Amino acid sequence: MKSIKLSKVLLQVLLIAFAVVQLYPLLFLFFFSLKDNNEIYSGNVMGLPQHFYWSNYENALLNANVGYYLLNSIFVTLVVILVSDILACMVSYAIARMTVKINGIVKTFFSLGLMIPLHAVLLPVFIMLRNLKMLDTYQAIIIPYIAFALPMAIFFMIGFFQTLPRELEESAFLDGCGIYRTFFQIMLPLVKPALATISVFTFLSTWNEMMFAITFINSEKYRTLTVGIMQMVGKYTTDWGTMGAGLMVATLPTIVIYLLFSKQVQSGMVSGAVKG
Amino acid sequence: MNKILGNKKAYFVFVFPAFVIYFVMAFIPIIISGYYSTLEWNGIGEKVFVGIENFLELLKNDAFLSSVKNSFILAAASVIGQLIPAMFFAIVLSRNIKGEGVYRTIYFIPVLLSTVVIGQLFLKIYNADYGALNALLQKLGLEGQDWLGNTKLVLAASFFPIIWQYIGYHMLILYTGIKGVPAEIYEAAQIDGANEKQMAFMITMPLIKSTIKVSMTFAVIGSLKLFDLIWVLTKGGPLHASEVPSTLMYTTIFTRMEYGSGSAIAVFIVLECLLFYFLIEKFFKVDNLTY
Repeated sequence: MKSIKLSKVLLQVLLIAFAVVQLYPLLFLFFFSLKDNNEIYSGNVMGLPQHFYWSNYENALLNANVGYYLLNSIFVTLVVILVSDILACMVSYAIARMTVKINGIVKTFFSLGLMIPLHAVLLPVFIMLRNLKMLDTYQAIIIPYIAFALPMAIFFMIGFFQTLPRELEESAFLDGCGIYRTFFQIMLPLVKPALATISVFTFLSTWNEMMFAITFINSEKYRTLTVGIMQMVGKYTTDWGTMGAGLMVATLPTIVIYLLFSKQVQSGMVSGAVKG
Repeated sequence: MNKILGNKKAYFVFVFPAFVIYFVMAFIPIIISGYYSTLEWNGIGEKVFVGIENFLELLKNDAFLSSVKNSFILAAASVIGQLIPAMFFAIVLSRNIKGEGVYRTIYFIPVLLSTVVIGQLFLKIYNADYGALNALLQKLGLEGQDWLGNTKLVLAASFFPIIWQYIGYHMLILYTGIKGVPAEIYEAAQIDGANEKQMAFMITMPLIKSTIKVSMTFAVIGSLKLFDLIWVLTKGGPLHASEVPSTLMYTTIFTRMEYGSGSAIAVFIVLECLLFYFLIEKFFKVDNLTY
């Protein structure tokens, strides 16, 4: 009995130790976002700040423009989520419910997308955007992001539509409801929980995406947080506090969403793993 | 009813918008990548068709070969360094331990962070002059290192955050798998006198083989196509010491303007990922379990 108790304590120690390993880098970031260079250079890199320089945040948000990048990121991410959610719902409804011969081909076609790494299309999409004079615009990242959010969203939504009972639609059709009205007024409200999951998944991949963003976006006006922070590095390498504050601003929305929707985030990410 | 659901026009309306975006932004570019890989082209001048020349040259290119080697090392390190701790914590947390939900939530946090943020953060941790790691080492009386500037250390130093970030992801995947195993099986095993270790190795792991396969695929393929963290930390340097295929692809295309050769690397990455996907699929032939 005693040995069981001991091993339980030992397990808890291990669990806490691992929690520290997982959290410390974030805490380290928070700490140095509040320090000034003097403190860091005089040896206090790791610990609590002696003075809290909240002005680092002001500096990052206003002078380093992180506030503006934040707004850009929010705008881009919202558009991507909204459009890809609607498009994915339409396709998945058609695939899950409608009886058209080419259904199988359409489904396979979209699920192939789960296998395509972004690298494989980077250069062709870059040249395409360049020829269309669309480089360095919001569309330059929004459209590719939507395209790459679709396969996962469709894959997930088909599964969800298939679990819904058919009776509701049947009675709607009998009442003379057309297919579009049935879809928008009856089916869409029913898939809200699945939409939350898939939106969170799309949020994370869009918010954090880097390769397309740093390649397709350059000018100040369209920079999202990832691009903005990459560009900040040159100018603020030596200003740890401002850099740290910028990184905190980029991270905070994700953490807030995670704390609010941790169940959806977790289930969305687990189903996203199938994508590999 | 069937008439409504067989309505071809409505089907078209539902599928077409997504189809166009996806077709133009994902499907066609893949084919174009294949075409570019057969060219010698700097993006502006004339396109010269060279067949498989670009691929043959890659085989003679030391930077490319070492980048592939590095990505294999990362894949192996990820499977060992992520799956083993992930499995351990998943099993522990699934056995109704105190604080289960809190730990699960905390362990998952690194997964959510942007690689740009993690990269910048680790640049500060590894900083040779003022970094946290060297500060810690000095406190312990050890000598600090230039973690990302030393060709011998850079690979391990840049792989560490990559492996660290996704342990929580694998833990959650495996945990979800374990939670799908019916409790009665464990109860029966307990009655038969099985201890926790036996249950983990003889029951849990064999029963969640398909989940382990998902994790394995994710770890391997994620390693083979990794770009972000290496790009933020080292851009593949110094002297290609931390190069992976995708960073080499990026510099080949956008710094050296060798579009053909860069596309050949892109095609290589896609084929490599597919190959490993099917290899894992084959080695892990799993029967779908129903309880």
